[in-house]
Amino acid sequence: MSRELFKFKGGIHPPGHKAESTGRPIHPAPLPKKLVIPLRQHIGNPARPIVDVGERVLKGQLIAAADGAISTAVHASSSGIVSAIGPARVPHISGLPDECITIETDGRDEWIAHGPLDYQAMTRADLLAHLRDMGLAGLGGAVFPSAVKLDPGAAQTCPTLIINGGECEPWITCDDMLMRTQADAILQGVAIMRHLLGSSEILIGIEDNKPEAIAAMQAATAKTDFAVETVSLPTRYPGGGAKQMIETLTGKQVPSGKLSTDIGIQVFNVGTAYALARAVHHGEPLISRLVTVTGHVLRAQNVEALIGTPFDTLIQLAGDRDGTTGVLMGGPMMGLPIPDTSVPVVKATNCILVESAELFPPPPKALPCIRCTRCADACPAELQPQELFRFAKSDDFGRAQEYHLFDCIECGCCSYVCPSHIPLVDFYRYAKSEIWARERDKRAADLARERHEFRLFRQEREKTEKAEKLAAKAQAKRAELAAAPTEAGNSGTSEADAKKALIAAALARAQAKKTETTPQNTDNLSPDTQQEIAEIETRRAKIRALARKPLESEETP
Amino acid sequence: MLTAILVMVGIAVVTGLVLGWSAIRFKVEGNPLAEKIDAILPQTQCGQCGFPGCRPYAEAIAKGEADINQCPPGGEEGVKKLADLLGVEPKSLDETHGTSKPKSVAFIDEQTCIGCTLCIQACPVDAIAGAAKQMHTIIAAECTGCELCLPPCPVDCISMVPIAEDLPHWKWKHPVIEIKPVELKRVA
Repeated sequence: MSRELFKFKGGIHPPGHKAESTGRPIHPAPLPKKLVIPLRQHIGNPARPIVDVGERVLKGQLIAAADGAISTAVHASSSGIVSAIGPARVPHISGLPDECITIETDGRDEWIAHGPLDYQAMTRADLLAHLRDMGLAGLGGAVFPSAVKLDPGAAQTCPTLIINGGECEPWITCDDMLMRTQADAILQGVAIMRHLLGSSEILIGIEDNKPEAIAAMQAATAKTDFAVETVSLPTRYPGGGAKQMIETLTGKQVPSGKLSTDIGIQVFNVGTAYALARAVHHGEPLISRLVTVTGHVLRAQNVEALIGTPFDTLIQLAGDRDGTTGVLMGGPMMGLPIPDTSVPVVKATNCILVESAELFPPPPKALPCIRCTRCADACPAELQPQELFRFAKSDDFGRAQEYHLFDCIECGCCSYVCPSHIPLVDFYRYAKSEIWARERDKRAADLARERHEFRLFRQEREKTEKAEKLAAKAQAKRAELAAAPTEAGNSGTSEADAKKALIAAALARAQAKKTETTPQNTDNLSPDTQQEIAEIETRRAKIRALARKPLESEETP
Repeated sequence: MLTAILVMVGIAVVTGLVLGWSAIRFKVEGNPLAEKIDAILPQTQCGQCGFPGCRPYAEAIAKGEADINQCPPGGEEGVKKLADLLGVEPKSLDETHGTSKPKSVAFIDEQTCIGCTLCIQACPVDAIAGAAKQMHTIIAAECTGCELCLPPCPVDCISMVPIAEDLPHWKWKHPVIEIKPVELKRVA
């Protein structure tokens, strides 16, 4: 069965380097002494910790719950004691710390009670809430919470479901190895996705440089009770990008600023489908993933690593070599340099690429842009990278947005083909993060303005309320006094009399208060004390009398 | 002749009515220019410009009574934006109104605070929670870093803490393209 394929614009053909890591079977990574599990491994709100320091946790136990609509849970990857909850190093280009839960493992790897789930008997909302608590997030790299993507919303259906096995980025082979070994489980996950999304057309897109994976998936799809089509795609980077895969398979383009679901298509990575099957059919939350460890290592391979395992452990397993110049998380095109290799594997870690001067020579010095527009020819998002570069470089972010900066998928094709070796993508990332920061500042300023205006309004209101209250009180008093003399038959009192009466009444009140208040400490005294007080009082009276009597010396001047 | 006059008067009356009606119907509340200027100002409400808040400063600029370079929290960038909006030449920040500082939030040392409420009364955005003789605390998310709470504090328990860069607020830096120096060969 062959299918008509379409072509997306641009793209490049970088050397694949896939064979390095597909020669060895998947190896389980050793259990580390310490697991550092970040709370922010996905897009959206970080998970909220629900365990305390010193608590013993079991493998697969929920340690941080999803917080908010776009979020997902985090689980303990092995059994042990929670030793710290707080900032720790995470795999990020900045090297900044983030909130993590650290577990000292006990080596027993003891599972929490878990079992399969009868998902077909559950309501959609219950199943989605359950998947959210299973910590599922897209394993293709974007780590968007899967439960959110699996909810088709008001439409209640998503006609086309694409399973992305493209893996177009050089060096990375974890999806390839997963498809070769776990084709049936992947399809079990696809069945659950189909159940939730109500899709009628299911396509599995795999680039043709992975013939073993295509064969394995075709063999598995032949056994399913629903229609799935495995499609072999021509190898061209970035053919595994979600938008590019949609265009290749269906000929449809996702409009700028819209989601693929707006045109009735949802895309999931094969790894996500596998994790979904493990979560539903085995009750195992997302606590491990396949990681390709490759590049400048002795035994490039794929390892099944627990979330929280340090990069170092995996690099040592693959055999570290002298002459390492750096480590990338991800591939050479889109991967980010990680300054510290003690950081843990997270849900987004698909590849640890160890660099050396021979494999990845430092880029030549950048030269000025000559506006050759090779980047525009290579851009798969149909943008004008040379213009975006000009605007980003001069901080003209408004123009950059007019040129659809946010449609850039940061694939790196433009930087790859640039004859001047300009790190174009770095400029787009810079511009994007500046625009986000400005929007944040704008929101903060709007909030401050709103609060300041409300404060001014409140102060004004309090002032008028106080004045009104005082006026009303005075009015009431006056009315009261005006009524009182009438009773005494003294009608027709003038304004001045009323005021005088008011003052007199106030004086009388003050006097009454004075006499009412008696010193509290003279009650219930013993006769002895009373005697003492009387003595003191007589002494005081004497002194007062003396003081009143003018001194003789004063009398005679 | 009479017809011509009548026609002209008629047109004048009709146009007058239409103009009068639209003046009421499409009345613009406030000064739209001040509104636009206010949108650019950082809304710290710090009063460093010499006006009691961002809005009065915006109105003063709109009337031509104040210069555009009196807002230190807005910085050079703010001055540039105002210059673009008003079509004038950007100038450097007027140092007499203060210098641009890194963004910070106020912090109350709760051990020293005596609960006098003076800072609460000074805060322009109601970002301090507390009551008389009760502990006061800053609502960090709403603090604009205006420093107006510092002078009234009788026990000097408020300090300004610069906002440290953390992961959610981390920004990509402007890429630096290294320039290769050309070796000059000395001509003997």
